[in-house]
Amino acid sequence: MEFELLTTTIARALAFGTPLLLAALGEIVAERSGVVNLGMEGMMMLGAVAGFIAAQATGALLLGLAAAVVAGMLAAALHACLSVTLASNQYVSGLAITIGGVGLANLIGRDWVGRRLAEPMGFVTVPVLSDIPIIGPALFVDQYPLTYAALIIAPLIWLFMFRTRPGLTVRTVGESPAAADTAGISVRRVRFMAVVFGGALAGLAGSYFSLAYRPSWGENITNGLGWIALGLAILALWHPMRAIPAALLFGAFFTLSFRLQGVLPPELLTVLPYLVTVLALTLIALRGGRGAVGAPEALGTPYRRGER
Amino acid sequence: MTRLRWVPRLAAPAWLLVAVSGGAFLAALLVALGLFALYGLDPLSAGATVVERTLMDKRGFGEVIRKSIPLLLAGAGMALALRARFWNIGAEGQILAGAIAATAVALFVPLGWYTIPALYLAGFVAAGLYGLVPAYLKARLGVNEIITTLMFNYVAIYVVRWLINGPWRGRSLTGFSYTDRFDRATYLPLWEGTRVHIPTLVIGVAAALLITWLLRHTRLGFSIRVMGDGPDAARYAGIKLLPTTLALAALAAGVAGVAGAGEVAGIHHRLIEPTSVSMGYGYTAILVALLARRKAWATLITAPLLGWVFAAGDVIKVSLQLPFQITDVIIGVTLLLLVAAEPLLSYRPVWQRRGGSEDAPTTPETQTRPEVGS
Repeated sequence: MEFELLTTTIARALAFGTPLLLAALGEIVAERSGVVNLGMEGMMMLGAVAGFIAAQATGALLLGLAAAVVAGMLAAALHACLSVTLASNQYVSGLAITIGGVGLANLIGRDWVGRRLAEPMGFVTVPVLSDIPIIGPALFVDQYPLTYAALIIAPLIWLFMFRTRPGLTVRTVGESPAAADTAGISVRRVRFMAVVFGGALAGLAGSYFSLAYRPSWGENITNGLGWIALGLAILALWHPMRAIPAALLFGAFFTLSFRLQGVLPPELLTVLPYLVTVLALTLIALRGGRGAVGAPEALGTPYRRGER
Repeated sequence: MTRLRWVPRLAAPAWLLVAVSGGAFLAALLVALGLFALYGLDPLSAGATVVERTLMDKRGFGEVIRKSIPLLLAGAGMALALRARFWNIGAEGQILAGAIAATAVALFVPLGWYTIPALYLAGFVAAGLYGLVPAYLKARLGVNEIITTLMFNYVAIYVVRWLINGPWRGRSLTGFSYTDRFDRATYLPLWEGTRVHIPTLVIGVAAALLITWLLRHTRLGFSIRVMGDGPDAARYAGIKLLPTTLALAALAAGVAGVAGAGEVAGIHHRLIEPTSVSMGYGYTAILVALLARRKAWATLITAPLLGWVFAAGDVIKVSLQLPFQITDVIIGVTLLLLVAAEPLLSYRPVWQRRGGSEDAPTTPETQTRPEVGS
């Protein structure tokens, strides 16, 4: 029984960390190919609103999820067109997608503000696994299917990235696009696909709020979590498996900020995850010394043949 | 038989830079007209209403100027930061830091002849210090400044909320989260019949000109420009990264803080909900600076353009009963088009005869190329 507090805290942290994990995984894939995606927040918002409206209109959750994924992919494709195909500035392109995407999502969702989803995503308990002491109740009891999906997607991405040839290709493109190009790899195509895949996960992350966690639509429903996901990608050192504990840690900070209400003012507690992001990035940098730690070599630089 | 080839160019001509910025902005306005049509309004008459209420009457025009003030201050600072490739996305939080400090002065410092200068100074210093942290982390440890400045935006938002709900909550009000109203002595003088707080406007224009001068004629300005050419250039030129980064970040954040001080002392006369103190001015400042091609003097033109978009947003909401968020879409689309036009600036189209190559050099003229945000 003394483990109950621990297990419920982990369970809550996991519930809150799910969208962070999904979005961070999406960012990791895009960044591994060399493209920074500052459009995460916008893609999550678009996914959230598209998912909500589709699910509300059709009554089918799966259609909601599909709509969220498609919305995220479309926004990501726009980012890829600008930053990969046209080789324009990745930062500006991503920011444009976030500013425009958040605005557009709020615009589209205006008539749905405050409405609850008629048939929201329910909890699922995994048989057998949930009977394991401590780990079972912490991870496998009463979580949303999207949470389990995120926990499965992470190792799949790891397998892809580090155990398959196409995964190696993605990493090569992120480390040394010129070398990849010389080897006959289409840098643009690989990056385009990586960014769009990241957008799909961002859309899914957004739908977690509107279809499962809330489950309703509200203005600025993702509340800057897309930006925290960007920090998580760095914190995880661009490694999909390390994104799991990182997301759990941040989920824990969010739950903690709910738990401690009454002890400290809620507004100050809400600051915690944002401050911890800065602190975590600082610690990582301190440990690694000067410069970025293990960042893909070509991160943030558009590739044009014949240019340094 | 001719075909089109894209040849790298050293620098885009000035007319093209103006055309790209202007074209992106105008195209985004067309998108807005399209949105009007989607909401069932006649785009032309709706557009005419917006123009009438923002440009044809004094009050409306005053609103355009009023909203241009924070955009000018934060935008000029942003131009400075982006010149050095320091991606300060934190102007929103820095505006709020300035607003908090100015509020502290207005509420808790005994009034005197010095009150109004002290408001601005407090805003400048507080925001400058707030901007120093990400700059130090970046220059010293290489911590990504985009993420830290963004996180600091959220921190500032919640600190303001905490202050207005907790320690600074007004005694004279019930049910609202504001501070008490400031004493009249702190009110900034207004242009009669409008909400244009004149001293902040003057500081804004001066800031844009001073930053232009600083970039062109001072040692610090030189260092900043070299930093903007890339880390290698800075190393070869012997630029000291840490002091340069700290100076430019503090300055950029400081002027944003002045904007925050102006908003609370000139308009609201109290600290209020953070999203009402700054309605996204900090994020829009990035567009102001990029439309101005990172030239501080050009923000004198681009800040009023976007100030007009914000003022138009109010007309859209009040007179046309459409959502204010249309302005976010305009801003996002302008940014998107601005990035989309980048290749035009670094390559020039050349009609080339098949087989002949006399008018098209195949080697790049240079390795550097103009870029929207580099």
